[in-house]
Amino acid sequence: MTTQVPPDTQTQAPSTASAGNNGQPADDQASLRKDLLRSMLIQRRFEERCAEAYALGKIGGFCHLYIGQEAISAGTMSMLRPDDYVVTSYRDHGQAIARGMSPRSVMAELFGRQDGCSGGKGGSMHLFDKSLNFLGGHGIVGGHVPLAAGVGWAIKYRGGDQVCVCFFGEAAVNIGAFHEALNMASLWKLPCVFIIENNRYGMGTEISRATANEDVTARGAAYRMPGESVDAQDVFAVRDAVGRALHLARTQRQPTLLEMRTYRFMGHSMSDAASGTYRTKEELEENMKRDPILVLREKMHAGGELPDGELKKMDDEAKAIAQDAWDFADKSPEPPLSELWEDVLVDTTS
Amino acid sequence: MPVLTYRDALREALREELIRDDRVFLMGEEVAQYNGAYKVSKGLLDEFGPMRIVDTPITELGFAGVGIGSAMVGLRPIIEFMTWNFALLAIDQVVNAAAKMLYMSGGQFPMPMVFRGPNGSALQLSAQHSQAWESWLAHIPGLKVVTPGTPADAKGLLKSAIRDDNPVVFLEGEMLYNTKGEVPQGDYTIPLGKADLKREGDACTIVAHGKMVLVALQVADALAKEGIAVDVVDLRTVRPIDIEAIATSVRKTNRAVVLEEGWEICGVGAQVVDFIQRECFDDLDSPVLRVHQEDVPMPYAKNLERAAKPDAPKAIAAVKKVMYLA
Ligand SMILES: Cc1ncc(C[n+]2csc(CCOP(=O)(O)OP(=O)(O)O)c2C)c(N)n1
Repeated sequence: MTTQVPPDTQTQAPSTASAGNNGQPADDQASLRKDLLRSMLIQRRFEERCAEAYALGKIGGFCHLYIGQEAISAGTMSMLRPDDYVVTSYRDHGQAIARGMSPRSVMAELFGRQDGCSGGKGGSMHLFDKSLNFLGGHGIVGGHVPLAAGVGWAIKYRGGDQVCVCFFGEAAVNIGAFHEALNMASLWKLPCVFIIENNRYGMGTEISRATANEDVTARGAAYRMPGESVDAQDVFAVRDAVGRALHLARTQRQPTLLEMRTYRFMGHSMSDAASGTYRTKEELEENMKRDPILVLREKMHAGGELPDGELKKMDDEAKAIAQDAWDFADKSPEPPLSELWEDVLVDTTS
Repeated sequence: MPVLTYRDALREALREELIRDDRVFLMGEEVAQYNGAYKVSKGLLDEFGPMRIVDTPITELGFAGVGIGSAMVGLRPIIEFMTWNFALLAIDQVVNAAAKMLYMSGGQFPMPMVFRGPNGSALQLSAQHSQAWESWLAHIPGLKVVTPGTPADAKGLLKSAIRDDNPVVFLEGEMLYNTKGEVPQGDYTIPLGKADLKREGDACTIVAHGKMVLVALQVADALAKEGIAVDVVDLRTVRPIDIEAIATSVRKTNRAVVLEEGWEICGVGAQVVDFIQRECFDDLDSPVLRVHQEDVPMPYAKNLERAAKPDAPKAIAAVKKVMYLA
């Protein structure tokens, strides 16, 4: 674990709920673990249905699944306040659902229907929900990182103590916009948490073939930004690191760069086979042993918290939620053709 | 003549030029080990090795600039953008460096290079991934902008682009890669700036480029069944534009419809109409009409997307309108 905290920002943030002994009553801890497990299960079952819907042609275009990375979204969102902000990339289903977006409106968006969160205009890569401060789903690698700095700027401008969390893949750290945004965020002390979801692959390119220094957290050092590298298959490790970063952002407007070390179990997108030609089946299988759902489940089993029947019940609920989203999306009408001309500009005539 | 896909025709051109001139190299995201995001460069890494077929990080501005620098000192780079949507990040390098280098240096530094990749709308990719950029690029003095519509043109034009001593923007139709056509074997080039008459008729001129050439040919077939024979002028290169070919056709048909994938305002079609009114004012029997993408960002939903795109029914209606048949 690399931690680079510049001397003037070295503050001990209170450790947040790590599994077990941080002073919270045991049943709180147990129900937290259950909520996290539930969130991950819903994301997983939802996306399995996405793959199916894609194969049936119900979802079109590009569709990037998040399976394997759910501990990052579940862990991070569980630490955020409702008035915090989230900005993310095209791999956005899991984050949208973990943030509280209705699986129905997400699925309807993926189906290109009127009841989708963007009215069917955005699709898989552009999920938005203003009521949840979920500022999208963006399709250009790294292009949204400056937007997060802008949100941080607005928070500081208004004197609030919210935080803007920005997610992107490890390949995005090579994009110019990433560097420009981190510099400004640090220079101006903006309350942002930049989260690198390092699944080791940018499409078919393994990190070592694209990035001169694989220690991507070190990128923050150039901008005097503290950083941390986290085992992101452990949802509590995610929560702890995010908690520290949020504390720095809220109390000192100090941005942080977090590297979440994870792995994607599916292809880059639906047009790419799960293991692809760029990684071995063995590597994939090895990494699937650290499925974030399994990791948490085992922890709960060990603590005697999760009788077999209960896990099955939770999983059945997750499946039912995914099925309900599918049924809802399937029934939702196509957007009316008049919608083609709506939302291009704000109407200023009235 | 062998029948090849547009993709394979492009690969033949790349391969033959890589063999012909060892200053030529290909650089871009996923072009080497992954065999190309759209498989245009499939197999080239095995044949030419990692100094000629070069994978880059996701750094469009950076690797476009690397290409330009290498061209300044004598190499002939081919820079592949995974799609032109992402090339917008590199537009500063293309416009402010490549396009002006020769001029700014008083003729000292030519830019013998090609920027190429898929362009135009695809299927349900939504607003950031489904766009046609030729009018942006054609606006810039110092660039040549090539838009092949068929496999044979793709091969001949790409070879010319690679041999050209100017920076050439080469826009491949993202939806054309699987289309097939007869492609001459071996070495041949098609001059940049020469249009091609793809169909002959006397009722109306349809001017098209890139993917819209296929649509224009569908329109010509459909109208032929109704006894209406149209000229289809395929621009092939939108900068320079072959004004003479357009004028020759319009002087014969006295009517024109301009078909393009991009948006209306400041589009390629606007330029074509300007040329037509200057060259053929006295020859026109009706106002020139344009068919283009609706003036909105591309929506994701299937039905909205269909409505947004230019297509054969819209073009047929335009032809009938200029012929006063509707
Ligand atoms: C500027 C830009 N270049 C290329 C692409 C095509 N593309 C989409 S995702 C991707 C890989 C990005 O990898 P990473 O940032 O690690 O995120 P991950 O997909 O692993 O979540 C590429 C090359 C793009 N969307 N934007």
